[in-house]
Amino acid sequence: MYPSRFSYEAPTTVKEAIALLSKANGEAKVLAGGQSLVPMMKLRFAAPQILVDINNIPGLAFHSADPDGTYRIGALCRHVDLEKDVELAAQQPTMAAAAPVIADPIVRTRGTVVGSLCHADPQGDWASVMSALGGSIVAEGPNGRRTIPCSDFVNGPFQNLLEPEELAVEATVPPPVGTRAGGYLKLERRIGDFATAGVAVSLELSGEQVVRAGIGLTGVGPSTICADAAAETLVGQALDQSTIERAAQLASDVSQPRSDHRGSEAYKRHIVATFVTRILSNLQPATEQAT
Amino acid sequence: MTSLFEVMPAETAVDTPVRKLTVNVNGKQETLKVEPRLLLAHMIRQALGLTGTHVGCDTTNCGACTVLFDGAPVKSCTMFAVQADGHDITTVEGLASASELDPIQEGFKDEHGLQCGFCTPGMMLSAKALLTENPNPTEDEVRWALSGNLCRCTGYQNIVKAVLLAAESLQHQEASKDEGETL
Ligand SMILES: Cc1cc2nc3c(=O)[nH]c(=O)nc-3n(C[C@H](O)[C@H](O)[C@H](O)COP(=O)(O)OP(=O)(O)OC[C@H]3O[C@@H](n4cnc5c(N)ncnc54)[C@H](O)[C@@H]3O)c2cc1C
Ligand code: FES
Ligand code: FES
Repeated sequence: MYPSRFSYEAPTTVKEAIALLSKANGEAKVLAGGQSLVPMMKLRFAAPQILVDINNIPGLAFHSADPDGTYRIGALCRHVDLEKDVELAAQQPTMAAAAPVIADPIVRTRGTVVGSLCHADPQGDWASVMSALGGSIVAEGPNGRRTIPCSDFVNGPFQNLLEPEELAVEATVPPPVGTRAGGYLKLERRIGDFATAGVAVSLELSGEQVVRAGIGLTGVGPSTICADAAAETLVGQALDQSTIERAAQLASDVSQPRSDHRGSEAYKRHIVATFVTRILSNLQPATEQAT
Repeated sequence: MTSLFEVMPAETAVDTPVRKLTVNVNGKQETLKVEPRLLLAHMIRQALGLTGTHVGCDTTNCGACTVLFDGAPVKSCTMFAVQADGHDITTVEGLASASELDPIQEGFKDEHGLQCGFCTPGMMLSAKALLTENPNPTEDEVRWALSGNLCRCTGYQNIVKAVLLAAESLQHQEASKDEGETL
């Protein structure tokens, strides 16, 4: 299979990329890892006239914490960069748990975190992770930069709030107010499959007490679900059994799974509750240590 | 040599802008003119005649088309040839030297790591990337590294054994090299 014809641009600066996007009047697409866009172009679901390949722009392949604790992921940070960072688990446990379960190892060498967020696949894992972490997308256009919270960024399946002339330059996570803890669990039928159900939990702890919490659900609704009520019920609490059970129930209640080839509705709800319980229960020793 | 556009209808190729690119394939510098939509897999197979790179699913699922792009495994059905400008590509043809097979190829031979052989080039290149980074992998690490490459024949057992054997013989090679140096 081969895509319909396009002209190819390989800018070497963000400014140049934005200029090319602006000139294209909405007929251009950004090419990052290409692991979603190229298959879509081959199937002719996408037929951009101009492809703006950002892979030659230096300085976008980073992931790091600022001195104030803001965590930043550049537009060319690939899934594998996070998977192979042995220090990530201590800094960003939810991200570290998610990176190795995205797609398969070969897709992970090319695919990017920011590209996944932009692609806005309702089944995508990073959207749940970033929602749980309260993350944002930084978009740059001809008039400068703006920051869009990940929870607002996606406005429909495969749709986001970017203007045609904007490039998503990075994703950011706000500084923690406590010690970070959390995890990501994904049930998949085989490696490389999208989630039957996935659960992202991000916590910030002060001693035993949860001071901030976020829970994002993958694959159990028309789009990523922020389980806000489940997260709220954790705040101000220690993670005892009844608190965990309440959060698991609330997350399961807010999910909207459909029965399909991956499993029945009831099964997927059950998985959500089980995963919330599992992630929160496995954090307990760390919480105790912190006191 | 076969036409660059063999896989595309000729009438759309006529007035299409082509781009010049220079790419290092298996250590050899190649300069080509391609249409931007030409897939890397097709450039390798049709333009360079290196048909060891197989196209299986053509939908980014099977890994048969895996090549090394600057040392990292990529699905060549899911990249454009123009993206390889200035980069290094290793295909299965680049594994063996003039005189001997790569230990990974020896491993597949000795452990019977293939049946029809369609997945084998991709398997070997994923294995190559793994062993370059982690010369002494566990069985789990081998299975993990190969989990993006599908095989319809073998049931994977012998593929995993082949890679473990290759790792072992690489260790021996290293050990005897070290001995040679200390003497
Ligand atoms: C076999 C297979 C299995 C997969 N399994 C999973 C999975 O389990 N979980 C999962 O989450 N994902 C999965 N994916 C998708 C994968 O994570 C992709 O890497 C990701 O969705 C897209 O990232 P990319 O960098 O490849 O983006 P591209 O394919 O390059 O782009 C995707 C879209 O985002 C736009 N875009 C990309 N970057 C930017 C930017 N910086 N600014 C503006 N727009 C941009 C593009 O224009 C395009 O519309 C899978 C893919 C494959 C092929
Ligand atoms: S042919 Fe490229 S992944 Fe199957
Ligand atoms: S040997 Fe036939 S597909 Fe693997």
